[in-house]
Amino acid sequence: MGHSMKRKEDDRFVHGKGKYVDDVKLPGMLYMDIVRSPYAYAKIKNIDASEALKIPGVLAVVTGKDLEQYNLHWMPTLMSDTQMVLPTDTVMYQAQEVAAIIATEKYIARDAREAVRVEYEVMKPVVDPYKALDEDAPVLRTDKEDKKDNHIWHWEVGQKEETEKVFNEAEVVVKEQMHIPRIHVSSIETCGCVADYNKIDNHLTMYMTTQAPHAIRTVIALVAGHVGLTEEKVRVISPDIGGGFGGKVPVYPGYVIAIAASFLIGKPVKWIEDRSENLQADSFARDYHITAEMAGTKDGKILATRMKVLADHGYTDAAANPSKFPTGMFSIGTGSYDYPTAFMEADAVYTNKPPGGVAYRCSFRVTEAVHAIERITDRFALEIDKDPAQVRFDNFIKKDQFPYHSPTGWEYDSGDYHAGLELAMKSVEYDKLREEQAEKRKKGELMGIGISTFTEIVGAGPSKDFDILGIKMFDSAEIRVHPTGKAIARFGTKSQGQGHETTYAQIIAEELGIPAKDIQVEEGDTDTAPYGLGTYASRSTPTAGAAAAIAARKLRDKARKLAAYLLEVSEDDLEWEPGKFSVKGAPEKSKTIQELVFAAYTNHPQGMEAGFEATHYYDPPNLTFPSGAYICVVDLDPDTFEIKVRRFVAIDDAGNIINPMVAQGQVHGGLTQGLAPAMYEELIYDEDGNILNGTLMDYLVPTAVESPSWETGHTVTPSPHHPIGAKGIGESPTVGAPPAIANAIVDALKPYGITHLDIPITPYKIFKALKDKGVLDKPIAE
Amino acid sequence: MKKQVTININGEDYTSEIEPRTLLVHFIRENATLTGTHIGCDTSSCGACTILIDGKSAKSCTILAIQAAGKKITTVEGLATAEGPHPLQEGFKENHGLHCGFCTPGMMLRAKELLEKNPNPTEEEIRWGISGNLCRCTGYNNIVKAIQYAGAKMRGEELPSTEPVFVE
Repeated sequence: MGHSMKRKEDDRFVHGKGKYVDDVKLPGMLYMDIVRSPYAYAKIKNIDASEALKIPGVLAVVTGKDLEQYNLHWMPTLMSDTQMVLPTDTVMYQAQEVAAIIATEKYIARDAREAVRVEYEVMKPVVDPYKALDEDAPVLRTDKEDKKDNHIWHWEVGQKEETEKVFNEAEVVVKEQMHIPRIHVSSIETCGCVADYNKIDNHLTMYMTTQAPHAIRTVIALVAGHVGLTEEKVRVISPDIGGGFGGKVPVYPGYVIAIAASFLIGKPVKWIEDRSENLQADSFARDYHITAEMAGTKDGKILATRMKVLADHGYTDAAANPSKFPTGMFSIGTGSYDYPTAFMEADAVYTNKPPGGVAYRCSFRVTEAVHAIERITDRFALEIDKDPAQVRFDNFIKKDQFPYHSPTGWEYDSGDYHAGLELAMKSVEYDKLREEQAEKRKKGELMGIGISTFTEIVGAGPSKDFDILGIKMFDSAEIRVHPTGKAIARFGTKSQGQGHETTYAQIIAEELGIPAKDIQVEEGDTDTAPYGLGTYASRSTPTAGAAAAIAARKLRDKARKLAAYLLEVSEDDLEWEPGKFSVKGAPEKSKTIQELVFAAYTNHPQGMEAGFEATHYYDPPNLTFPSGAYICVVDLDPDTFEIKVRRFVAIDDAGNIINPMVAQGQVHGGLTQGLAPAMYEELIYDEDGNILNGTLMDYLVPTAVESPSWETGHTVTPSPHHPIGAKGIGESPTVGAPPAIANAIVDALKPYGITHLDIPITPYKIFKALKDKGVLDKPIAE
Repeated sequence: MKKQVTININGEDYTSEIEPRTLLVHFIRENATLTGTHIGCDTSSCGACTILIDGKSAKSCTILAIQAAGKKITTVEGLATAEGPHPLQEGFKENHGLHCGFCTPGMMLRAKELLEKNPNPTEEEIRWGISGNLCRCTGYNNIVKAIQYAGAKMRGEELPSTEPVFVE
């Protein structure tokens, strides 16, 4: 613990020996490609596959009608909505799957894709989520009996009447309308699978890019059990994953079609989507339209907040949230501040866009919530003409108020928000920056300083509230120590680059005294790993990491019994130091953990079970609440409005840190994925539902040039309920960075009277805002 | 109509009957079964497929295999020598220059050419030098550090610290 051990998994990656799903090649393997809709909303009049089927090597063209015979044309989503596998009559978004080609070679499958003729009757799509609620809007989900509108659900939390009263009576009320745009994770590896159904054994091995292999196995059994694929006949293998960020949690139609094709043909079927398919059809993130309001006093005390959300879910609610939380953890949006009253509500609507929601390193909608609270807090500071840092200090939940009960029902476990912001301000030299800014403003130069002091909520979650499709969100660890003192540990989670092979080994090493280098960590094979819900929402350390610590402690208890037996003393007479038990007062009488493990196989006392193994399923008592204080400094070109991030200091508090190098790496990566939506990324649709930037040519993933040199640090406030005092870290930076950047840019434009800009903030957007406001040519140095 | 081509990859000749339209990256991955070279996009934007052709970095998704006939290709599998890992491989591991590892082979091969042309690049030169290669995991800080480390090693200079640096 606390040691920057170099990663155990890296050797295979730097030698090109990682094994990703596209590297899986099986004898007789077939290739699948997918015909996709060019229209956002259309009736399918006819699918003519005759030309495609004439191409040598093309075995089949699968349509929705084919799947309908097996009742496999629709599947459930994780939010208990329904999603088409392949359509039988209507396509609901551009790039939706229409038919699948199965061929002997990849290139042949692609040729056949071009040869399939589909006749459409194009309809006018619903693209704007506000218009989706108009009375005369066409009802999109005609497949649902009795569905009379495009409204999916309403959600609310907090104190509606009290909040209204506070707002009516408050000295200061501020309000902004914000859009957190639709974006895409775009992990460098796209999604794919090899479905390998063996007819003789009636057994399916599914190699796939999934962050949650066990959940997928259960879903397959639930969906395809009626055709014989019951759960013991399904093995899901998630090999090395080339980045996930949430985009590899959902079940995509491609996976299901590949399974169906392998099942029907009896040969392995590989499906690897290309990048444009990935961007255009796979799980999007965000797309929340938020009206955020804050009420307070003139001297800067926050009294209440109110947020109203319109959530654009596309044509189905396929968000990967815990079942009871349709808006994920959005209710963390009261932030790091102490006030008693808040109200939040959300309505979700169907539109003719791809389904998805949540995926993009966001801890279940925390990104949206944090953006809203951190932006509106700055707006409040602007209104009362107070420094945004001071407003935060004046309203922070204090260290001694934890555990803190938030007005939306959460119990924050621990935090020291003052310490974090103080450290960030000291390291960035905040006061000097404000002086420099004042000087620059006199000269007409645009410089901005932005702060974000956020609270995250991760580690889902306690079984009383958290489940996905009914399966409780515990996670698991199984440790087997071999007679020679080396171990293998298996988990229900699945790393996609987070470094579990190293950090889990470090946790076990800390608890059991076996060196981390002697502990092999394995994940991603449902035949061998204990059941778990997988890796997303920064849950691995809070759940499976805790399970590892407790399983190791069970083994330490067994080692104590063995030591007492071998040293002929009572268990109470023994003391533990990492790696050995010794007799109190006689330290020369001791047994190392390796000796004790060996004894468990060779010389264990009568009545004791042989072997040295333990498993633990950890049900967290609460979530963990990491926090951060981020400060961003930007310079704007006064003519072109080009935005230069000069400095970005990120102070995180994720409790005790297992491996500082790995934790810092997570922060670096998350910050760049925070920069991305703040300044570059947005999936843009025109009024006909055409995606305008569906390739990496025009969907702007930041390169090393756009990404600044991040400066990071931490404060340490351990979680009181986690076995090793750790919290999650992977998503804090993605959550915390966008408002810091947006706040900095808006701060730079303060002399122009700009109070808000929607992300991504681009030079053009600044230009347009100034032009619309009629201040473009106004000199700012007045 | 298929054509026979021979391509030298990492010092070994690979001969296959291929369709003329076969992309080099598919030849490398499928015919030569060297799967360390990855595919991350369909628009030559991501750089995961970067290899060296006669020492020059190129995106192998944008070149036909027949164009590479008779040329010398280096992939990630050809970076290490009998003496051990290449300084870039060491640099990426020691400096946590990778998370998921998917962009890493392309990133290292691009960096190899960069360091051979400019043995002591500034941070800005490194950032521009790898700007054709996308990484979604690392935020690039440690990739820059890894390339600086490899540069120092290749120049025979004292190696920079690989400990993470935190603001205080």
